[in-house]
Order: sequence, then structure tokens, then C-alpha cells
Amino acid sequence: MNVPAHLKYTKSDEWFDPETGAIGLSDYAQSQLSDIVFVEILVDEGDSVETGKPIASVESVKASAEIYASASGTISAVNKDLSNKPEILNSDPYGEGWMVKVEGATAGETMDSAAYEKYCEERSH
Amino acid sequence: MRTALENAFYTSRGNMTYIPISPKERDAMLETIGVKSLDDLFDAVPEKHRFPKLNLPPALTEMEAMQELSDLAQANENVRGDLISFLGAGMYNHYIPSVVDHILRRGEFYTAYTPYQPEISQGTLQAIFEYQSLMAALTGMEVSNASHYDGATATAEAVNLAYAQFRGKRKKVVISPTVHPQYREVIRTYTQGMELQLAGDDQSLVSKLDVATNSTDVLISLTDENTCLLIVQYPDFFGRVYDYTKLIEAAHAKGALVCVVANPTALALFKTPGSMGADVVVGDGQPLGIPMWYGGPSVGFFTTRKSYVHKMAGRLVGETVDSRGQRAYVLTLTAREQHIKRERATSNICTNQGLIALGTAVYLALLGKKGLRQVAELCYQKAHYAAQQLSQIDGMGLCFSEPFFHEFALCVNRPVEEVNKHLLEHGILGGYDLGQDYPALKDHMLVAVTEMNSKHDIDMLVQVLSEVNHD
Repeated sequence: MNVPAHLKYTKSDEWFDPETGAIGLSDYAQSQLSDIVFVEILVDEGDSVETGKPIASVESVKASAEIYASASGTISAVNKDLSNKPEILNSDPYGEGWMVKVEGATAGETMDSAAYEKYCEERSH
Repeated sequence: MRTALENAFYTSRGNMTYIPISPKERDAMLETIGVKSLDDLFDAVPEKHRFPKLNLPPALTEMEAMQELSDLAQANENVRGDLISFLGAGMYNHYIPSVVDHILRRGEFYTAYTPYQPEISQGTLQAIFEYQSLMAALTGMEVSNASHYDGATATAEAVNLAYAQFRGKRKKVVISPTVHPQYREVIRTYTQGMELQLAGDDQSLVSKLDVATNSTDVLISLTDENTCLLIVQYPDFFGRVYDYTKLIEAAHAKGALVCVVANPTALALFKTPGSMGADVVVGDGQPLGIPMWYGGPSVGFFTTRKSYVHKMAGRLVGETVDSRGQRAYVLTLTAREQHIKRERATSNICTNQGLIALGTAVYLALLGKKGLRQVAELCYQKAHYAAQQLSQIDGMGLCFSEPFFHEFALCVNRPVEEVNKHLLEHGILGGYDLGQDYPALKDHMLVAVTEMNSKHDIDMLVQVLSEVNHD
């Protein structure tokens, strides 16, 4: 399981990059969902988001999940490639698989990588 | 001594029982749940309600019941021998090859249910896949779902798709007043509580709908940046055929989607809605080998573009290969459906009209491209012959001058009810009374002509209507 140290994580398995304001889905979450076949970003550039509100909807071959904002702020960018290539979320969840970027972001309740790794391990038992 | 309930149980065992358990099995079950007798099991029901007096006539034997039902059935007048029908307005009297019923009654199809387990459902899944492929080809679209209940519910699901596509941000649906009145009612029922504005077919517009009105301009002016969907019918409720290409372009310019409600028989003859740029094509599959029965059951087809497939309701079958590389069929993209996506799903409909959809697939496969076109041509030619003859009757006339398919509005200059009563006396089922839904079209009858109407039938209609006029 890949848990980059420079990111923050939420209990609902999103990651947040305090440097760039990017939000995405963790490696643990993508592996639990299995093959992702559809991504719909629910917000547009310029929308303001609040922590805990849905920003995207993801469908895999066996499940469907909502992705929640891990920070509040204004949406400055939306990853438009995801709708054509949803499998990026499986192959590169922390890179090409970013979902939105938030400007002036205030992070909600997050964990550091060590705490998140522990949190994931607890759940896999 | 046996109680009344036990008596009923044993009596039914004495005759032909439909209760599959033996008394021994029943007692074992009662013991397991800790109840002494069947009566104790129903203790929770107040005693006075346990055996209410039903006041039924004495029971009949199967032979007697069959006789009574057959007597009742014979009191009906049907379009297979009793009556010549010129009634359409959404249900059409077409010839149904006997193969259709033969295949439908095969046990493997007749009892089939939700094919969630592909390993035991290949036949049903392949049948649905064939149906989807045929519907996509017929409408000129990229993808079809496994069907809905009927044309009206399929149209309402198009509203759900468009509403979901814009994530509820566009809250207006523009409906042409010449979409089937009952479909428009079903849309209203489906969208209750959705904060959706339905425009285009309100009473002021419907009442203005007279000979000169072409509603296209009105529809374009109503379609704005808040509109998620524009719905038109093809041919429209009055049988008229329009090329909607420009209308669809105008709606797309406002960012709205367009749904075309189509008659599937007409699609064999005219430009497909897909080639006009439609985003969703829906309609009732009844004309494709399904009897009119008493108004149903029917099947609603729903086709769309691939880009909207995740917002589409209903079941979807895809073709794939199994672990040995053999062609196989399976339900696909199910994560968008209600049983997985729950309240976030576009629609709460995951079911389909499997058996009836199969009927349309058998019909289409049997007739083929040429056969279906031939049916459509027969309908077209006969309807035009009828229209030409009827319009020559003194005091009668065609209501519209636009091209039409197999149905047209005829002005009869007196109450349609009265005219139809007279026709019925001559064994003719007359047309639909348009004044019921369109006050401006009082004394107008919608006449439908299909391949089932011979020249003799049409000439008879003309003759009887001429007499009506001279009475």
C-alpha cells in the first residue's frame, strides 16, 4: 500500500495535498473499489466547496462511492481527463489521478500518513 | 377435532392442493417455532377477522369456470375478426407472425427472471442483448437499455436522465404539446416533488393548437439555459412527420438535451432520430409484434448516446468473453443502478419487460430490414389512400397539410362520439376523439391505418362516413 508522507488523509479515504490544494482518492480506496469504470466530478471551476461535501462520484465494476471534499475553499481546477480515462484512479491515484484543486484551502479533519496507514491496517483485519 | 383452519388445510389436500408441505412437515415447522397449532400461529389476527364472511357464490369446477370465463370472453369484440379497426393513438393493430408467440411460450423464456447469474442465464442475457442491438440500430443510436414498462414510462426516464446529467442544475423540461397526452401525464406523475418546471404543453398552448399552428418556434423560444430536456414526438400525436434536425440544433445551442418519442414502425421508413442528433430516443414497442390486449402489457424502448449511459436507468446487457475466451453475455455497468447506488441512482427502476422485449426482438429478427420497411410502406400507402378518399366526403377534411405516416386528423364536423357509435353499428372501430385532449380539435378524429386494413375495409369506412354525413 502506497501512502506518500507529504499528503494528508481523511477517514473517508481521500488525500489532500497542502502544497497544491489537490484532492484525490487514496491507494487503499482504489484497491478496495477494484476496477474503476466511471468518474464524474460534481463541481465546476469557481464553485466553493465545504469539507465533507461530495465533489465526485466513482463507479467500479462492483461498487459506487462518493468522494468528499477534504478541504474547504474555491475549486481552481478540475481534472477533465478522468472522465475519459477513469482507470487512472487505479494506476496513479496520487499523480495523474488527482480530482480537483482547491484554492485558499482550509483542510478539514485529516491524518498524517503514519496515522492513515495504521487506520487502513486496522480495517483490513 | 379439527379447527376451521386445519379443515381448510386438509380439504385442500384432499383436492388439488397447491400447498407443498405434508402435515408431518408442517408439524415439524410449528414445533421449531414453538407454536402448537396452525390456529395459534394466527393468534395475532383478531378472531373476528380470521374467517370473514366473503359472501361468494358456490365454488365452480374447472369445467364450469372455463365455460363462464369463455362466455365472458366471447362477449368482447376484438379486432381479429369482429371489428375493422381504425383506432390507434399509441396502440396499433399490426399482424403478428405466429413464430413470435411460439418462442415467447418456450419455458426457458416464459419463466425467466432477473439474469444476475450469467453462468445460468446466457439465453435470457443473449435475448436481451439482441433486443438492445436491434433497438439501437432502429433508432440510429449507440446504446439501448433492456427496456422499460411502456413508451410513457420510458419517456419519463428520459427526464430523469437529463435532470441527472445536469446534476439538478437545469430545472426545466420543455414538452411539445403534440407528445401523446397520456405520456405527458405520466411525466407529471414521475416528476412530482422534483422541483422541475414542465413547460410547452400547458393548457393555453394546447388550446391554441389549431390547423395553422406549428409549435416548433414556440418550443425553441421556451428552451433556455435552464432547460435540461426538450421532448418531441416522431411522428407526432397527429401522425405528422417532421425533420427535427434544426430544432435539435437549436436546443443543443442552449445546452439542452433532446428526447424524441418515436413510433418504431415509422423508423423503418423515415430518417432516424439518431441521424437528426437526438440524445435520447424512446417509444412504445407494442407495434413490433405485441398484441394490443387491453392496453398492455407493453414494452418501452430507450436508446441514447454512450456519453449518457451512466445516467441511464434500467438494466443493460453487454457482450464479453468468459475465462475460456468464449463469447458470453453479462449485466454490465450495474454500479449505476439503484441496488448498488441507492438514493444516488438516476432512477429507482432496475427492472425490464423481458418477455415483451423478447417478443419485439423476435418480430424484428423475423421481418428483417426489408420486411419491416414493407410493413411501414403498406401502412403509409394505405393511410394515404384512406386520407385522400375521406377528405373528398362533403363536409369532412384533413386537419393538417404536413406529411404524415399512418395516422391523420380528420375533421368530421360533428361529435366524434356520435360518429363512432354509428361506425360501431357497421362493425367499424372508429378513430380517437381528439377533442378529449385538444379542445381546439373538437369534432376531429385521429384515424390510424395499418397493413391490417384492406382496401375493402377503407372503402367501407369511407362509405359509412359518407352516410353519416347525409343522415
